[in-house]
Amino acid sequence: MDLTVIWAFIIAFAVFAYVVMDGFDLGIGIIFPAFEVGDARDQAMNSIAPVWDGNETWLVLGGGGLLAAFPLAYAIILPATYPLIIIMLLGLVFRGVAFEFRWRDPDHRAFWDFAFTAGSFAAAFSQGMILGALLQGVEVADRAYAGSWFDWFTPYTLLTGMGTVAGYALLGATWLIWKTEHGAQDMAYRLAKPAAVVTLALMAAVSLYTPFLDSQYWTRWFEMPNILFAAQVPLLVLILTYFLFRGLHKKQEAAPFLISLGLFFLGMAGLGISMFPYIVPDQITIWDAAVPESSQIFMLVGVAITVPLILVYTGWAYWVFRGKVGTEGYH
Amino acid sequence: MFEQFDAVMLARIQFAFTISFHFIFPAFSIGLASYLAVLEGLWLKTGKQIYMDLFKYWIKIFAVTFAMGVVSGIVMSYQFGTNWAVFSDKAGPVIGPLMAYEVLTAFFLEAGFLGVMLFGMNKVGKKLHFTATLMVAIGTFISAFWILSVNSWMQTPTGHEIAANGQFVPGDSWWDIVFNPSFPYRLFHTLMATYLTTAFVVGGVGAWHLLKDKTNLHARKMFSMAMWMAALVAPVQIFAGDLHGLNTLEHQPAKVMAMEGHYDSYPDGAPLILFGIPNSEEKRVDYKIEIPKLSSLILKHDLNAPLDGLDTIPDADEPPVGMVFWSFRIMVGIGFAMLGIGLWSLFARYRKTLYDWPLLHKAALVMAPSGFVAVIAGWITTEVGRQPYTVYGLLRTADSVSPLAAPAVAASLVAFIIVYFFVFGAGTWYIMRLMSKAPKIGEKGVKSTETGPVRTAGIAPGPAQKDSPAFEPRPAE
Ligand code: HDD
Ligand code: HEM
Ligand code: HEM
Repeated sequence: MDLTVIWAFIIAFAVFAYVVMDGFDLGIGIIFPAFEVGDARDQAMNSIAPVWDGNETWLVLGGGGLLAAFPLAYAIILPATYPLIIIMLLGLVFRGVAFEFRWRDPDHRAFWDFAFTAGSFAAAFSQGMILGALLQGVEVADRAYAGSWFDWFTPYTLLTGMGTVAGYALLGATWLIWKTEHGAQDMAYRLAKPAAVVTLALMAAVSLYTPFLDSQYWTRWFEMPNILFAAQVPLLVLILTYFLFRGLHKKQEAAPFLISLGLFFLGMAGLGISMFPYIVPDQITIWDAAVPESSQIFMLVGVAITVPLILVYTGWAYWVFRGKVGTEGYH
Repeated sequence: MFEQFDAVMLARIQFAFTISFHFIFPAFSIGLASYLAVLEGLWLKTGKQIYMDLFKYWIKIFAVTFAMGVVSGIVMSYQFGTNWAVFSDKAGPVIGPLMAYEVLTAFFLEAGFLGVMLFGMNKVGKKLHFTATLMVAIGTFISAFWILSVNSWMQTPTGHEIAANGQFVPGDSWWDIVFNPSFPYRLFHTLMATYLTTAFVVGGVGAWHLLKDKTNLHARKMFSMAMWMAALVAPVQIFAGDLHGLNTLEHQPAKVMAMEGHYDSYPDGAPLILFGIPNSEEKRVDYKIEIPKLSSLILKHDLNAPLDGLDTIPDADEPPVGMVFWSFRIMVGIGFAMLGIGLWSLFARYRKTLYDWPLLHKAALVMAPSGFVAVIAGWITTEVGRQPYTVYGLLRTADSVSPLAAPAVAASLVAFIIVYFFVFGAGTWYIMRLMSKAPKIGEKGVKSTETGPVRTAGIAPGPAQKDSPAFEPRPAE
């Protein structure tokens, strides 16, 4: 395997880590208004307060890593989705400060709770649309984005945007099932089912739509021998769906969250099958965009040393705050 | 609103606006993280409750500052791509890896241990908690290390080659890229700047509470600690700034010409222009007050050394003089004012009136925000002074920009301005509210709500702390 492929996997890993980890943070923001003011909301907030910053850091690694490993892709995708990126960033500003501000300013807590939800929703929706905009293709000429600044707005991207919102809501709800109790947990159970139904429906819609966007996707999915691998993805989705609903029905606590992670993983695998080896579909391959080998090696050393350490101390931080949150904090 | 600007100018304004806001927070949180580590360390060592009280007082302020630093930083990491796409494509192979190292070695470290630092007091042992505080403090350093390396490479690029497709690519040694000529100076000067900024905030808050009640022991402690910092670091900073300037003279002479307001060359000794109004149209400084030959003495250590002026630089390569000239004077003026306060505090200690000299306290209060002004002024000097290039001498700002229509950038700029003033304005207000309360015995940590009965766990997780062993006055060994 060459270094460029390794780097493509590293970036994909960072994006995946971001999507699932900040996914449940943003998801909690999205479903936050359903929770009663007071105890239930405090539990929901407390369940992520110690970890959200670490979760969001994967986004910086995804973006920074893209600049570092595939600068050409970074330089094309960001201008192509400019308004979406700005909305995402501003959304993240609101939801990030809401963690602190809602406690600092009880008189305006309702406002910061709203900012938490609106920011989370805006970030999730624009992330989904960015993905859609990339998949539907962007115009490139002369190493630069060549389209206009509203190309990203299509029915397809609205679909991917909504799919992401629903998927994050599912992650958020199942996380809260795991981490909270009493009223908050009941509410989370109640929300998880519709979130799952909508997520799966939108996942299916996007999956059906995508192959028709562009003949290349069709080839990659439906020709031999690819189909032998590709067909496993929907199959596994069906299996996980069964276990998800069973888990929710039986009031399992940890399983629904872990299964939802599995669903996201499959979504990511499907995405990989669709895109590889392009990083900007049908325009720029990973090899076109890659930095020279000396840059790749320099960073790979860093990744090999730091990522295992990061996983260890991040894991430790989660472990410190294990168990139910409660309103008084962790037991 | 911005019709008169083209897309390049708008992108520059947007970058300057967002980075200036971002830097305000690290300027404070780098210093504050170290201060917190010192306080907790002193508490572990001496067992004195006062250090824990101060730790808990400042950690609430740290939490709010840090959150704002993080969200404004995320914006920065995407700005390169959104607004400076050509720059990103071209410089990506060199600066990208450095920024990736920043994420891997600094941001994860800070973020990973921040939760434990803020909320984990009773979940982990005292030593482990102190370790978490140290990790956050070290993380802020490492972060400054990498990002300043990136910025310094853009100022004084070395160690790279230029590939056939126009990209800057690494040469034989990454060492030459990371430790480029201006980096050691910039790193040291900036870190000292964050320490001074923090010292003056802490000192100002201490002074404020001393003015209200000079017997407040907590206020005394922090005022005294801050004044030591001021007295020790301000002279070091001035010395480092001088070396930094000499280094800049060697590598970016046009920037120094703009800082000094030297439109003309001086073959036998250049004057130091203290004040004046740079007039770029006529290429002279109006109404100037100058000291003959002093500039040559400072920059060349020789009264009669010749110094080139901007007349030796083609007009198209000249930086804007006015902003650089003024921002530099603001920074230097504040540097000397800080030194003045430091010396004054030493004198007050000698007279044994450190806690009993309202005029000193008032002066310290006025100086509380001065560090922020100085760091922003310093960056404006640095960044405007290197115009018209993004990669000095090699890539022009006008050629670095994304292919975006001006209205798109204008719209995002307006959005940033509104959101930043609103959100960070609110945050600053909350910080000021926290600061206006006097620190007291048995100070509560991040978890306490400010008003009303402490019903829930307050700001976040962490059980009631009163009966926890971590909060006994003396740590058990
Ligand atoms: C890693 C790189 C980096 C870092 C750490 C900074 N900058 Fe910068 N700055 C740039 C990279 C950059 C840039 C991307 O290269 C810009 C955009 C356009 C330009 O000329 O340079 C720039 C422009 C720019 C401008 C506009 C200059 C002009 O239009 O003439 C200002 C005022 C600042 N910056 C201010 C700052 C401040 C206050 C900083 C302190 C935190 C700072 N910069 C850190
Ligand atoms: C264009 C330049 C910059 C970019 C792209 C950038 C990027 C970022 C990002 C993404 C974060 C959030 C990290 C997280 O999620 O935890 C951050 C925070 C931080 N940045 Fe920057 N940054 C820039 C300039 C600077 C400078 C010049 C310094 C200091 C010398 C600095 C020091 C820090 C520190 C210490 C933090 C931690 C948060 C805080 O202390 O407030 N950054 N930055
Ligand atoms: C008399 C005292 C000082 C002198 C002579 C001095 C000198 C300088 C010079 C020459 C630069 C420009 C570097 C360049 O050309 O790239 C600079 C930048 C800067 N200064 Fe100062 N400075 C002084 C005081 C201060 C103080 C008190 C602070 C903050 C508390 C500060 C913060 C900064 C910062 C943040 C920068 C930008 C980063 C850098 O390039 O290092 N300076 N200073």
